[in-house]
Amino acid sequence: MALPAAISGLKAKDGLQLGMSVARLFASAASQIKVEVMPYKVHRIEAPSNIVGTNVPELMSFYKLMYKLRRMEIAADMMYKAKFIRGFCHLYDGQEAVLTGIEAAITLEDSIITSYRDHCQHITRGGSVMELMAELMGKSEGSTRGLGGSMHIYNRKTNFYGGNGIVGAQIPLGAGIALAHKYRGEPNVCITMYGDGAANQGQKYEALNMAGLWNLPVIFVCENNHYGMGTAEWRAAKSPNFYTRGDYIPGIKVDGMDVLAVKHAVAFAKAYALANGPIIMEMDTYRYHGHSMSDPGSTYRTRDEINAMRTERDPIERVKKLLLSNGVEAGELKRVDKDVKKEVDDAVEAAKAGTIPPDSWLWKNMYVAPLGGEMRGVLPGQYHAPDFDPEYKS
Amino acid sequence: MLASRNVRPAAGHRMAAAPGQRALLAGHPGRRVMVAAKAQKKEIMMWEALREAIDEEMERDPTVCVMGEDVGHYGGSYKCTFGLYKKYGDMRVLDTPICENGFMGMGVGAAMTGLRPIVEGMNMGFLLLAFNQISNNCGMLHYTSGGQFKVPMVIRGPGGVGRQLGAEHSQRLESYFQSIPGVQLVACSTVRNSKALLKAAIRSDNPIIFFEHVLLYNVKGEVGDKDEVACLERAEVVREGTDVSIFTYSRMRYVVMQAVNDLVKKGYNPEVIDLISLKPFDMETISKSVRKTRKVIIVEECMKTGGIGASLSAVINESLFNDLDHEVIRLSSQDVPTAYAYELEAATIVQSSQVVDAVERVCGGRVAATV
Repeated sequence: MALPAAISGLKAKDGLQLGMSVARLFASAASQIKVEVMPYKVHRIEAPSNIVGTNVPELMSFYKLMYKLRRMEIAADMMYKAKFIRGFCHLYDGQEAVLTGIEAAITLEDSIITSYRDHCQHITRGGSVMELMAELMGKSEGSTRGLGGSMHIYNRKTNFYGGNGIVGAQIPLGAGIALAHKYRGEPNVCITMYGDGAANQGQKYEALNMAGLWNLPVIFVCENNHYGMGTAEWRAAKSPNFYTRGDYIPGIKVDGMDVLAVKHAVAFAKAYALANGPIIMEMDTYRYHGHSMSDPGSTYRTRDEINAMRTERDPIERVKKLLLSNGVEAGELKRVDKDVKKEVDDAVEAAKAGTIPPDSWLWKNMYVAPLGGEMRGVLPGQYHAPDFDPEYKS
Repeated sequence: MLASRNVRPAAGHRMAAAPGQRALLAGHPGRRVMVAAKAQKKEIMMWEALREAIDEEMERDPTVCVMGEDVGHYGGSYKCTFGLYKKYGDMRVLDTPICENGFMGMGVGAAMTGLRPIVEGMNMGFLLLAFNQISNNCGMLHYTSGGQFKVPMVIRGPGGVGRQLGAEHSQRLESYFQSIPGVQLVACSTVRNSKALLKAAIRSDNPIIFFEHVLLYNVKGEVGDKDEVACLERAEVVREGTDVSIFTYSRMRYVVMQAVNDLVKKGYNPEVIDLISLKPFDMETISKSVRKTRKVIIVEECMKTGGIGASLSAVINESLFNDLDHEVIRLSSQDVPTAYAYELEAATIVQSSQVVDAVERVCGGRVAATV
């Protein structure tokens, strides 16, 4: 089918952004560019080929998305320092290629669950930068109405299950979501993301065991940014080969700073998971910021290391180089940069102007429409009738 | 439907029971269960009632599923899921490995997608390992996701002090779970209310922690039909009275009713209310009772420190202070690990003689003593 007709045929569902849908569409068009990515290291499985096909429109969509995620996280950094955002704020810059590659290989019917480093998933799952910024600032226009904050971003409509504060707790949840997919006979996987720090949690192995027992369609993605909070990977993990930690579960190690490598490997993993069962993917990636905004990120690693990553392995620079060497003009990329910057700046301003959630929302949605009782309030004689109001209309 | 090895009295055959026990079960001393010639309702044991509830709800709704240790092929360590895997298959009655944290999280994840898992803890005490999942994910997800996700799961299992099971297998977790925002705590006590409440819990869209008691599984009683569904937030008035309000739940209901037998002979008229809903409290029923009798005794099996009675006592003091003639008395278990020796174990929990003493103290007849 002709590309322009196909694009105009795409309807925005509930205001979802078309970015990723379009990218997937472009990917199916002619692949004019063949890129050789770093060979995959594998455990108990045959490696997929490391020649990845792509084309300029797809690369442009990757560039635009990753740059938007990058600018958004930098804006969050600035807002945090300006005290508009408080509490904990875990930034994803440096790791954009992992998420972009994953989303390019799956659909919105597949589920994703991740940890507290979840700002970017909101965007790739159809949310807007304004909603995210408003949530970080605790405004009622935020994605979770200002009630969740940085670590609790969710989107039920596009199967984004959060956003979890406790390290590793999302891994059994991911197995449960995959169980539900299998229970219902849906041809979908659950991407369960966690970090190298969480890879040492007991509940991860409990989930791996159960997923392996019942062949659940779950892809365990370990985003190995080499530091679990302030402790380096080699000081926390006896075995740094996270892709082998599943023992009987096959694993594949991917260069997580290369979006094409990630996309190709995840497509391979999805096919495997739907046919056979769980698989672990270790994404070798890096975060430029510290663990969170309260961590400068330089006490346990050197500035030289961070700068080296930026110059040699930055995911956005890599795609930019590919685009420039394939006929895209620098001016066009600059225009994209400018548009993205403006979008993010506008979103930040709109979020700043947002409204504070009203007091009545404190009690809203504690329970889902109980059968008919009252909830005891904290003050004497005060009984709050729990009202079920999923739209927060009052 | 049921496997043939189940013991179920045939219609018309009534199991002999000691008169005292019958009265206990009936809840009203002196009043027997009427056995009409035509309506000879059969009595079943509590584990059968719970099994019926699970079976009926699984049949009614294909998204209801069970997960837990030994629930499938083994039939459930207390037979609450006996034979169900043959009827519904291994996916709907899922035998999990021994990893409470893992399978509780799995249940929460499945519930977020719209399934309705019933997660069984073989013993409530084991769920301490799953506390993070129960508290942060099961309890809080509906709120922190801005109402997007609901977690319609039931976490059930036996707790309480059994017969010399040892400290770690005799725990009462209702006191730990009661502070978790977003969960409802329900404690069943009779065969009838156990089935009706479990059905309601399975149908509810909220996460319910459903407390059963190890020693009540073989208690016999009648059950309602498959449409009888209780209200999860209503307390049960076991016995109406005027002298004192005794609030209790789970197995302590039987201890209290045993004490009531003695008290009635001595001329007292206590009101006994089974809390049923441990969170939220049914303040309507509770306040109505307190305003009537003006004296409160709470009889519970959990520890004194931070127990359900502690919360209830505080709430009664705050909201009904002027309706009280006497301070709220709490009869709770001792703040010690449950000993193994029979006599010491009996000394850690409330006995009916202590209830009698407390009522006599509160209603007059003795000088008030410190508990």
